[in-house]
Amino acid sequence: MALNVAKIRKDFPILKRKIGGKPLVYLDSAATSQKPKSVISAIERYYTRYSANVHRSVHRLSEEATIAFEQSREKFAHFVGAKTAKEIVFVRNTTEALNLVAFSWARVNLKPGDHILLTEMEHHSNIVPWQILSRERNINLDYVMINDDGVLNWDSFQEMIKKGPKILSLAHVSNALGTINPVKEMAREAHKVGATVIVDGAQSVPHMPVDVADLDCDFMAVSGHKMLAPTGIGMLYAKYDFLDRMEPFMGGGEMIKEVHLQDARWNDPPWKFEAGTPNVEGVIGLGAAVDYLSNLGMQNVRQHEKDLTKYALRKLSDVRGLVIYGTRDVERRGAEISFNLGDIHAHDLATILDAQGIAIRSGHHCAQPLMERLKVPATARASFYIYNTRREVDVLVKALESARKMFKV
Amino acid sequence: MTADVYKETILDHYRHPRNYGDLPDANVRARESNVLCGDTIEIELRLDRDRVEDLRFRGQGCAISFASASMLTEFAKGRPITEIKKLGKRDIINLLGTDPGPTRIDCALLSLKVLKTAIYAHSGSKVPEEPEETR
Repeated sequence: MALNVAKIRKDFPILKRKIGGKPLVYLDSAATSQKPKSVISAIERYYTRYSANVHRSVHRLSEEATIAFEQSREKFAHFVGAKTAKEIVFVRNTTEALNLVAFSWARVNLKPGDHILLTEMEHHSNIVPWQILSRERNINLDYVMINDDGVLNWDSFQEMIKKGPKILSLAHVSNALGTINPVKEMAREAHKVGATVIVDGAQSVPHMPVDVADLDCDFMAVSGHKMLAPTGIGMLYAKYDFLDRMEPFMGGGEMIKEVHLQDARWNDPPWKFEAGTPNVEGVIGLGAAVDYLSNLGMQNVRQHEKDLTKYALRKLSDVRGLVIYGTRDVERRGAEISFNLGDIHAHDLATILDAQGIAIRSGHHCAQPLMERLKVPATARASFYIYNTRREVDVLVKALESARKMFKV
Repeated sequence: MTADVYKETILDHYRHPRNYGDLPDANVRARESNVLCGDTIEIELRLDRDRVEDLRFRGQGCAISFASASMLTEFAKGRPITEIKKLGKRDIINLLGTDPGPTRIDCALLSLKVLKTAIYAHSGSKVPEEPEETR
């Protein structure tokens, strides 16, 4: 079923904003998504009706807050196909989720000389935690190469998997190229050699149906703010067996069963990994966000973005001097399009577009190794979500044409 | 922000940067990156006791960082070192003839940061921390 975008747009108060007298054209949802009224009012309701700490006090407010908090966990677990809500750990963001796995699982289970397999298109958050571990434990980092069209090179993957990595950690969808990686097939190959499979789902879970059981990944990291929820709430999915065997991430309240002066017993997963008062408003906002996306249907969200991406790729190809990075095959890519226009620096392009009310991302997208591979210092990136329209793509194309004239490309 | 920052003078300095290239007889050089975008500017200078005799820059950057480097090197050539040390954000905005705004000011200030790093390095010291408002 096609999305009713006109109706969706009415749910997002920010889309009424004008930038310098021009309607806001928000094409930066891969950085963070905008929030619908239902999410904003869920947070407001928490603060005006039942604001309290969770899992602590026995009064009515705390009871209501705890129920809402744990319901959100169940909603998200169902949303990504986890077996039980106990497989969902609340963290701050994708970055923290990946660091948690590196700290609590990999640091304990990997030995000097072991290999970790990543890809050339990873976000810094899926590179740097492993580098820290690699320095501390003398662990080797290997990278699956990418082809010029921004798709993983399967031969390179096969070559690297022969080294018997203990971990395969990769993005489901590249934040800079939009490439959708064949995670299910890669997980199968990786499991054959005994690797643990970690998936960065930051750019996939908000945009397409994702089923962790079908992918058979061991861990998946997700950010709430890219899927209509507030900033500061992230989710780590992990097979329960892993969580059960893992050491805590941080020590403190909530993550313990009992504490004595010299010793303590850990709480059960997922609370074992949630030390301290959590981001209650964030979790409640996430619940409303999951409801919103579930009502639309993730298959419909994906179809809308595929149509829009196809349209945008076609329109952008008509702009003289414009180079698009990544595959043109919309079956194999998400709704983010990286490009450069002639020799105009991406930041200059973003400033010129901003004057037309258009918000895009420019820079290295926290993927400097990928930029080196593409041999560019930076790219401009337009990314689409449920509220974007073909008309907005037309506005983008028109603004790019005027930038081209200004810089005489 | 408006696109007014891309005035003819700025685009001209971007397309035809002055003092671009190497300075083979340089006696000090410095290089810095903009953490936001990874752009880099490197400046080579020949300093005598109290004056910038000559300088060149090179690197990778946007129109604002390149125009600013081009204009700053033009300004700095032949000037006393003490004068360069006193330059700040306001002076760069005056050179550019426009304020690029809070999201792009770091692009404009990159070359000044590199220039000061080199000058202080020459005397074996580090660029002193300045209070926010004078930057």
